[in-house]
Amino acid sequence: MAEAGKVSEPLLEIRNLSKNFGAVQALQDMSMTIAPGEVVALAGDNGAGKTTLIKAISGVYKPSGGDILLRGEKVEFASPQEAREKGIETIYQDLALADNLSIGANIFLGREPMRRAFGFLPVIDRARMAEAAKTTMALLDFHVNRMEAPVSNFSGGQRQAVAIGRAVYWNAQILIMDEPTAALGVPEQRKVISLIHQLKAQGRGVIFISHNLQDIFAVSDRIVVLRRGVRAGERRISETTHDEVVKLMVGG
Amino acid sequence: MTHAPETHVAPQADHADVQLTLLQRIANLRAWLFLAALIIGFEVWARADFGGSFILNPFNLQSIAIFAVVPLLLATGQTFVIISGGIDLSLGFIMGLAAVVAAHVINWAGGVMSLPMAVLTGMLVAVGVAAIPGLVNGLLVSRLRIPPFIGTLGMFGVARGVAFLLANGTTVPVRNSFLSTIGNGKILNIPYIVIIAAVFVLIMHYLLSQTRFGQHNYAIGANEQAARRAGIDVKNHLMKLYILSAICAGLAGFLYAARFSAGAAQAGEPLLLDSVAAVVIGGASLFGGSGTILGTLAGAFVIAVIQYGLVFMNVKPFWQFISVGVVIIISVLIDQAQRNYGGGRQSE
Repeated sequence: MAEAGKVSEPLLEIRNLSKNFGAVQALQDMSMTIAPGEVVALAGDNGAGKTTLIKAISGVYKPSGGDILLRGEKVEFASPQEAREKGIETIYQDLALADNLSIGANIFLGREPMRRAFGFLPVIDRARMAEAAKTTMALLDFHVNRMEAPVSNFSGGQRQAVAIGRAVYWNAQILIMDEPTAALGVPEQRKVISLIHQLKAQGRGVIFISHNLQDIFAVSDRIVVLRRGVRAGERRISETTHDEVVKLMVGG
Repeated sequence: MTHAPETHVAPQADHADVQLTLLQRIANLRAWLFLAALIIGFEVWARADFGGSFILNPFNLQSIAIFAVVPLLLATGQTFVIISGGIDLSLGFIMGLAAVVAAHVINWAGGVMSLPMAVLTGMLVAVGVAAIPGLVNGLLVSRLRIPPFIGTLGMFGVARGVAFLLANGTTVPVRNSFLSTIGNGKILNIPYIVIIAAVFVLIMHYLLSQTRFGQHNYAIGANEQAARRAGIDVKNHLMKLYILSAICAGLAGFLYAARFSAGAAQAGEPLLLDSVAAVVIGGASLFGGSGTILGTLAGAFVIAVIQYGLVFMNVKPFWQFISVGVVIIISVLIDQAQRNYGGGRQSE
């Protein structure tokens, strides 16, 4: 199924990726590409291999076979940290933030900027964290004035925005979002969808996993459907329907 | 249903102007409010009872400060551990162990070096020995994934036994005039041990509020998974954390030995729960993720003022337990109210 029309070099290309756990073949011969500014949805029933695929891309699992190419260059990740350094960031639905810390502290968690107080005493540079957080969140159309408030004070969608803001600040080129709307109310889901549109506009690639076809159709350019560890099909969103996607998912 | 991707999503700007609620502000300051209320209460009581002042009496201030020093040091270490979501039950007997070790070493070293050098050696060895059970706690909690409550409870027993063995079941008196000068001397009416404790608490405040170690401690207490995903070496952090709290207990043991010119294995026994109480009154949550050294400072003084004030007012000492207990319960109620109504998320 050759993709016509895309001229730009793919940001990420996956070739014949396989992963087995002992005798269990969780993922087999999976191939897909993501271009800059493209949102690709991954769909499939539970156990179809979506999670295995994103864990292989983000460095959690080592693939049993196949290649991952980042801007045409073959890469291998020994850990999620290595994937992150190369610009691949995973946004987890729930577990991403320290609720008691401010937006800035969450963005810089583990990489806090330091300054010298009185010329000698190393202290965390909170002003710099707040400033960077403010500009980054403004990129996502999220304007906060009181930067010191803990993120527990924000709503679910706003917290997703903070997690995305962290990825954006650290210059993630590919964002993997695992069910980013699952735990949210409807207005909050809209917020996340509009955030994804902004990432797209900034030329980043997004891999978007969801059970919600409505969300997938609202935000994706293409959809890749997995079934029992293999690729069941791929469609441009503009050329497919809910029914066709569901058929691909269940194998009808 | 058709599917033009851009339809039902109007890009909407999000303005989040979050204010700390009044309840949150009160909760954050509750230890200082308690302290102020207590001091005013005792002042009124003292004036009504015998026409004297409670708080303007320099002797009272000094006594309260001396009274607070040793529990405060334990509570400082406990603050770090509780913020991380753990608890350190072994601190009381690590302190006793350190006090006994300090006493023995200072006595021994007094024979082979100058008295001040002997005291310094005793302090360093006591703190060093205290760090060992801290290291074991750290190993248990971080590598073997034993819940802190259980791991440090085990170490509570071990440190207790070793301390009593080293003390041979009795109190170890120290013969060193320099040590008793440190323990009981003062400059400008400020006792030396209060100055030592103040400097140490200031350093710990800096460590918790201004460094990566402190910041990561809060993050781990709130969401260990998120901390790990952010690239923080959680195991390594927990190792350092339990060693740090044990070092606080070690210094507390040394100051105890200085104050009483003796080491006793049971020195810290009643102080363990006081340390937890000071942290909780100080605004920390036992669920982890919140608390400050300044809050704990106020919490330790709340307990010291209650205990000293009731003695000063000639009340039967048993009322101390009741009063401290009531303050702890009120404090936890405020924490829960804040959790339920104050800092909750706006949706869901």
